[in-house]
Amino acid sequence: MLVESPPESGPSAAPPPDAVARPRHAARAAGLAGAFAVLALIAVLSIAVGAKQMPLDEVWHGLFHYSGTTSDVVVRDLRVPRTLLGLMVGLGLGLSGAVMQALTRNPLAEPGILGVNAGAAAAVVSAISFFGASSLSEFVWWAFLGAAVVSVVVYVLGGSRSATPVRLALAGTAASAALVGYINAVQLMDSKALDKLRFWTVGSLASANMDTVRQVAPFLLVGAVLALSLGRPLNAMAMGDDTARALGANLTRTRVGAMLAITLLCGAATAACGPIVFIGLMIPHLVRVFTGPDMRWVLAYSAVLSPVLLLGADVVGRVVTRPAELQVGIVTALIGGPVFIYLVRRKRMAQL
Amino acid sequence: MTAKARPVRLPGGVSLRIERRALAVGALLVLAAFAMSVLLIGTGDFDIAPWDVVQTLFGNGTPANDFIVNDLRLPRVLVALLVGAALGMAGAVFQSVTRNPLGSPDLLGFSYGSAVGALVVIILLKGSATEVAAGALLGGLLAGAAVYLLAYKRGIHGYRLVLVGIGASAMLVAVIQYLITKAQLVEASRAMVWLTGSLAGRDWAQVWPLLVTCAVLFPLVLGQSRALRMIEMGDDAAYAVGVRVERTRLLLMLAAILLTTAASAAAGPISFVALAAPQLARRLTRSPGANLLTAALMGSVVLLLSDWASQRAFGADQLPVGVVTGLVGGVYLLWLLVTERKAGRI
Repeated sequence: MLVESPPESGPSAAPPPDAVARPRHAARAAGLAGAFAVLALIAVLSIAVGAKQMPLDEVWHGLFHYSGTTSDVVVRDLRVPRTLLGLMVGLGLGLSGAVMQALTRNPLAEPGILGVNAGAAAAVVSAISFFGASSLSEFVWWAFLGAAVVSVVVYVLGGSRSATPVRLALAGTAASAALVGYINAVQLMDSKALDKLRFWTVGSLASANMDTVRQVAPFLLVGAVLALSLGRPLNAMAMGDDTARALGANLTRTRVGAMLAITLLCGAATAACGPIVFIGLMIPHLVRVFTGPDMRWVLAYSAVLSPVLLLGADVVGRVVTRPAELQVGIVTALIGGPVFIYLVRRKRMAQL
Repeated sequence: MTAKARPVRLPGGVSLRIERRALAVGALLVLAAFAMSVLLIGTGDFDIAPWDVVQTLFGNGTPANDFIVNDLRLPRVLVALLVGAALGMAGAVFQSVTRNPLGSPDLLGFSYGSAVGALVVIILLKGSATEVAAGALLGGLLAGAAVYLLAYKRGIHGYRLVLVGIGASAMLVAVIQYLITKAQLVEASRAMVWLTGSLAGRDWAQVWPLLVTCAVLFPLVLGQSRALRMIEMGDDAAYAVGVRVERTRLLLMLAAILLTTAASAAAGPISFVALAAPQLARRLTRSPGANLLTAALMGSVVLLLSDWASQRAFGADQLPVGVVTGLVGGVYLLWLLVTERKAGRI
């Protein structure tokens, strides 16, 4: 922090902006490249680590010289889809968290806290129990519906434009509490659904396969492109609605686009592996330390680093309770809870 | 029944400010609670006429009625009455201390703490009902202490408390889910029933600890009602009139956490009663502030109504009462958020 602060305060004190902005730009780009390297590393780790110990050459063999040995099958049919799904879901959650924080001007906004995950989960639970849905291709649409309804409801209840962070967090938590009550009630009345759902509602990558990956990929891709394209208007909105309008940003279009991106990203991520919380909270906060408030960089970094956290949590979950697994949703909640509390304690209450 | 519950309520009858409207509302609620109790005791596989129920309660019933009323159904109704009252009063205290209508134990993480405690006993230790209750009590107290300490930073600020509670809840939920995935399906079902909150099969073993807790804590909380009113107006104002703010707040919160966890220990974390009862009470009495006693009475009535609905409304399937309070509470909560927003209170 001390090392970083002089260049941070430099440009505002002495005004040659171009000269300072360019090296900073380069540093951010280099940082992004570094983040990609970390992502590649964690992806390899995610393929290599698991219940079956596997040296790297076997991993390599499975990836590029598939010949049907047990390790090859483990790599191709279990570890690779799981890693790909983790990449995509992490990306979805991180990006939607960053967009939410910008849209609501709320440092605590997060799909889990604002109840969007719970909305998707409640819709999927209803689909399983009442409408006999059993495949992921059905889950996805229900999850979108739930995510969309809840994000709109919470945004409106939280007070939309006049929303304070506390009000939004309360609206989201209240909605989650109600929805979780509903989910519990459904599970209770339908013990077959309970058996199916108790693993899904935790949030886990364990049942990943190539079909899942293929089915949710298009939605996450569209959502991600949409989210990344919102960087500039979200930057303008950060200065307040009036300034944003003066700068030529279309507020309604930005808001609708942001809601659509959140719904696509969260809905698809939740449908694929159940509600996972706090990724969207932690990563954008961490990222802002390197990037500053520019949303274009925040989004780019979040897109790369969120999968790092999710895959990392998944790998940790596979290792700590061997041979059993700790589901990734549990690991992220246990890491994210303290971070959330730290953020709450650090902020002055006037800012919340 | 009322013979046992009434001494608990007496201290409020001599509360400091007796307003005519509050008094009328209180009297109506007592009547409603009594009527609901008689109705609940009278209905079941073997129906008993209301007048016979009253006769039996006062010791003039037939031996058969006496057994059904006093041994089977009365304890359950008493547990409902006491749990409702404890949750209502705890909710009123929390909402005043956090100065937020949503600052109820449902959202602050204490209920989840109780749940973790109970689930550890159910799933890992495979304990008896009494041990489950003890686990719930311990878990709730630990979670309460942790949230208080984490939110403490030169005093407790209402919003910080609520937000820290939200963070703690998320972690506790993760632990709950982990425990449920670890369980066999039979234990998972038992855990789910506990998690939803249920009054089924409650007997005198649950009544006595609750009764003692309420009998000790209700007068204590009511005695602080004037200080609580001052704290509601802001810490500075309260200091100015000589309230020791932090100490009073700690005392009141401790009492409220104890009430909540005692209720959870007896019936599981029944949602939304602590949230809704104080708000309903405030609207009925039309007086600002905590309305502690009215909130407690309202809690009893709400829970009795929910219990009646859970036994009746779904045909042969008897739902746990927590499902009913959860469903009704969800709708209520949405309404509350809308009206509070319009009034600019949250």
